[in-house]
Amino acid sequence: MIDVNKQGEVWVFAEHHEGTLEETSIELLSKGRQLADQLKVPLAAALAGNGVEELCVRLGQYGADKVYLAEHPLLKRYQASSYAKAMCGLIVKHKPQIVLYGATPVGRDLAPRIASAMKAGLTADCTDLQIGRHEIKSTGQTFENLLLQIRPAFGGNIIATIINYDRWPQMATVREGVMPMPEPVGTRKAKVIREATDLTPSDLLVEILSEHRQQKKVNLKSSRIIVAGGAGVGSRENFKLVWDLANCLGGAAGATRAAVDLGFIDRDHQVGQTGTTVRPSLYIAIGLSGAIQHQAGMAASQKIIAINNDPDAPIFNIAHYKIVGDLNEVAPKMIKAIREKA
Amino acid sequence: MGYNCIVLVKQVPDTKRITGQAMNEDGTVNRAALPAIFNPEDLNALEMALEIKEKYGGKVTVITMGLPTAAEVLRQSLYRGADGVILLTDRRCAASDTLATSYILSCAVAKLNPDIVLCGRQAIDGDTAQVGPQTAEKLGFPQITYVEQLLSLTGKTLTAKRNLGNGWQEVKTSLPALLTVIDTANEPRVPSARRLMKYKGAKCRLEVEAAAKTDPSIDVESTCKGLEKRGLLIRQWDLDTVGADFGLVRARWVAD
Ligand SMILES: Cc1cc2nc3c(=O)[nH]c(=O)nc-3n(C[C@H](O)[C@H](O)[C@H](O)COP(=O)(O)OP(=O)(O)OC[C@H]3O[C@@H](n4cnc5c(N)ncnc54)[C@H](O)[C@@H]3O)c2cc1C
Repeated sequence: MIDVNKQGEVWVFAEHHEGTLEETSIELLSKGRQLADQLKVPLAAALAGNGVEELCVRLGQYGADKVYLAEHPLLKRYQASSYAKAMCGLIVKHKPQIVLYGATPVGRDLAPRIASAMKAGLTADCTDLQIGRHEIKSTGQTFENLLLQIRPAFGGNIIATIINYDRWPQMATVREGVMPMPEPVGTRKAKVIREATDLTPSDLLVEILSEHRQQKKVNLKSSRIIVAGGAGVGSRENFKLVWDLANCLGGAAGATRAAVDLGFIDRDHQVGQTGTTVRPSLYIAIGLSGAIQHQAGMAASQKIIAINNDPDAPIFNIAHYKIVGDLNEVAPKMIKAIREKA
Repeated sequence: MGYNCIVLVKQVPDTKRITGQAMNEDGTVNRAALPAIFNPEDLNALEMALEIKEKYGGKVTVITMGLPTAAEVLRQSLYRGADGVILLTDRRCAASDTLATSYILSCAVAKLNPDIVLCGRQAIDGDTAQVGPQTAEKLGFPQITYVEQLLSLTGKTLTAKRNLGNGWQEVKTSLPALLTVIDTANEPRVPSARRLMKYKGAKCRLEVEAAAKTDPSIDVESTCKGLEKRGLLIRQWDLDTVGADFGLVRARWVAD
């Protein structure tokens, strides 16, 4: 835990793989910029690795005022224990008031380890961040300029705002794709501050034997079959139904904006006016009403199957096959039937 | 020989079944109105522990932290093959955040001197995926998150495959270590009928006390003694048993 200090900077953990910055880290720089400007403090990126200095240029172009660069041969590959140690060293030394991480597999592995070592608060999977005040009603104590950490809770059924007024830094992981990508400004430069990191081989608690990263690009446009889910699917967890049905048909998963906003699935899956426009051979619409902005992106599909428990849902006006029923009953049956046939 | 495995499990409200009735007027969730279930990925962690025991020998102890009603997930663990179960319950733990929870759990785990600690990747009520890594940090253990497959166990060396959604990784570590297990790791077994018959009467002391409140004919002491003799008394620990410092436990987060 560090002392509450209102002059502390806003930090973004700069995640990178094989010489490239993770997109989420770039998105976080745009949000971090906003927060830092509101608080009138600098925005810094914390960059750990080995031979990664050239990434500082991009971090600057995307909005960081400073980069704290911790390079060490033992930081060549990410692992929780060594990176946590390096990050804790930086945090203790520079006392940032906010530290943000992408809610990527790395961020979700690392941030809790840091939070535990620092005895600092951490909110997982935020979908929005704001600066605001908070009053403790029982004591009347008020806190200005806190980080409001906003996230869906209870499987997406409620939206919670979480604050941390005394266990600093205020830390959060932020879901991928929920913050806009900033435009790089070629002339912007970050001040690079080299930091010595004291690591020994005993700080590496695991050994990475092999690794394989997939290009995870959603390609809705070229998919012949799309299974799209809406708000009616109910939760990120339950979206497994959409994924499963898409997978067993060899198709892609799509979504409405409502489903994306609720955090059920990442934004690059959104179909519609402000998402991707698609015209697959088969479009299966599950638990979505068929709002005009959604139809704008999918009405040209060759065959549309809609599952909805509301017989008056507008999606039925354009569907070729209409299934009026509870998606939680219909979709598992479809998956089972298809799997049995395969 | 064999491995001393500890599985950390949680009883959670079934967030898939949230309906209007489960929401309070102020938009918060009325937990009591939801059915309580065994957190799904914790069943995958338990399954992995049971498979380790079957292959290499050893024992499986399941710990849950929660209200006395959480004893139900411990019975469920016994039905599936757990050798021992512990309910970590203390009024002072109410509303613990993940830091406090992982601190208390790490105190309990440390008492049992494990080789391998397993938890589900995340609980469906919070989706934070924080308690595993935080418990590992407190214990000074290596953490292997997102475990999909245990590749090998030889002596004090474990290798596992992690599924990161956007790729995978094979890693090696020395024991003791903490693993968080994902849902695609295995197909959790269902309760065995024989074990269900054997353990369905298992209870913790607080459950006996609660029953005695409504039925005065129940004598708490003799009932607990009787359960203990038959191996049906669920061990119950509190902050003092595990040596946790209450000052560190106090939750100080506010959620609106
Ligand atoms: C400028 C602008 C741009 C927009 N761009 C887009 C866009 O690009 N793409 C987009 O999708 N939206 C877009 N929208 C939003 C759009 O207006 C709708 O709000 C959104 O599409 C609704 O999503 P939905 O159908 O998932 O949710 P809802 O309208 O809430 O529909 C949920 C449906 O699920 C059904 N349902 C609930 N439970 C079950 C169950 N158990 N079984 C079966 N069915 C069930 C309900 O009957 C309901 O029909 C835009 C809006 C604006 C203003």
